[in-house]
Amino acid sequence: MTDAPKRTPLFDLHVELGGKMVDFAGWEMPVQYPMGIMGEHKQCREKAALFDVSHMGQVILRGENVGEKLETLCPQAYATLKEGKARYGFFTNEDGGIMDDLIVSNAGDHYFVVVNAALRHQDIPHMQANLDGVEVTEIFDRALVAVQGPKAEDVVGDLCPAARELKFMETTVAEIGGAECRISRLGYTGEDGYEISIPEADAIRVSKLFLAHDDCEPAGLGARDSLRLEAGLCLYGNDIDQSTSPIEASLSWAIQKRRKEEGGFPGAARIQKELAEGAAKKLVGIKPEGRAPARQGVEIQSEGGDTLGAITSGSFGPTVGGPVAMGYVAADQSAAGTKVNLIIRGKAQPAEIVALPFVTQNYKR
Amino acid sequence: MATYYSEDHEWITVEGDVATLGITQHAADQLGEVVFVEQRETGDEFEKGGEIGVIESVKAASEIYAPLDGEVVEVNEALADNPGALNESPEGDAWIYKIKLSDASQLDDLMDLDGYKALIG
Repeated sequence: MTDAPKRTPLFDLHVELGGKMVDFAGWEMPVQYPMGIMGEHKQCREKAALFDVSHMGQVILRGENVGEKLETLCPQAYATLKEGKARYGFFTNEDGGIMDDLIVSNAGDHYFVVVNAALRHQDIPHMQANLDGVEVTEIFDRALVAVQGPKAEDVVGDLCPAARELKFMETTVAEIGGAECRISRLGYTGEDGYEISIPEADAIRVSKLFLAHDDCEPAGLGARDSLRLEAGLCLYGNDIDQSTSPIEASLSWAIQKRRKEEGGFPGAARIQKELAEGAAKKLVGIKPEGRAPARQGVEIQSEGGDTLGAITSGSFGPTVGGPVAMGYVAADQSAAGTKVNLIIRGKAQPAEIVALPFVTQNYKR
Repeated sequence: MATYYSEDHEWITVEGDVATLGITQHAADQLGEVVFVEQRETGDEFEKGGEIGVIESVKAASEIYAPLDGEVVEVNEALADNPGALNESPEGDAWIYKIKLSDASQLDDLMDLDGYKALIG
């Protein structure tokens, strides 16, 4: 990307808070604040943390039968998504690979979609070209802020009582500090919390209202990555991409029963076949036994020295207190408890395949 | 006891023909929180410019390069159990190696404190 990185509506706040800014997917984003990644990670697990996720694409879909039409692009049951509910999903391609993952909310008179920052340029034309009779509008004048952690309900609820009433994967519109916000009880940290779409002009002021709470501190992309990895959540581009199917990625939970049976989405042939017969490889949790983190690209071998696959995400898990990773292995070697070796800088390091997540998800159902 | 600095953000203090090597506070601050240090063993020989270990932070892995030729005479074993010491006292307790120098004249290629301060700005 040759263009100068773009700035979110919260850029000045990041600088004021001492954020260490990096270029991420074409956006100038804070990787951490003075507290540091470990502290910010623990802050989110123990209290509450505020993340700027405005680099993600916010899209409004308007028209007749938008949910039905989304089912032609995604294997999720969006036709039956009730008003006020949100659902995780993904666009699939004709080969059954994942084009991007996303969150779709039924907002009553429209649908609200959030897609990955790096894939805005792909997803929006994809929807415009394929959702017949649907008006697809990308929102450029709103920030998106995530408040995550066991105290998130207090941080947001003290300012906006309606937020307390939401359950996991529910969405509503309410005022926060006089600004009309879309508040959705979801996130990508494994903790309870909210993603809040805020008018650009109010974004810093409303964020400061959250940060004024004793239990809320800012957190950057570094903590966001270690939090989602411990929670066993896939990162597009690392753990899932155009070649990996949802079944390989252990995302069959995100395809509802009717869609599994009926098909009717891109790549249904492969996905239904893998549902019936199993996929050749599978995304699993991997716990290195030593202290050395296993990063993306590290080879996974059987104890006998056969190549099983590779690490797709790996780092140090501050809550786990040691290295954690995810990667693909041959399906017949994917059972939890299987001992493997990770080839880190040429040396075999023992590790074990484990059930995901590494840290119990703490959603308010 | 003189202290020298390398462009790879290492410090070296010399007593006789034994040098103690570590990373600077500036390097530690740039790395972020250190979670793992991979060190060579006593008796291993270093060649100037060669990779002599790895420091892993939450964010990424960073190689350590030898600023001098030499042989490891002591490894700071405490870093294995407490890698975070590299953030706390990188220029003190959290030294990484003691090295027997092969060629003391290589010290002339290193910087003094003023030179290093100019490098990091």
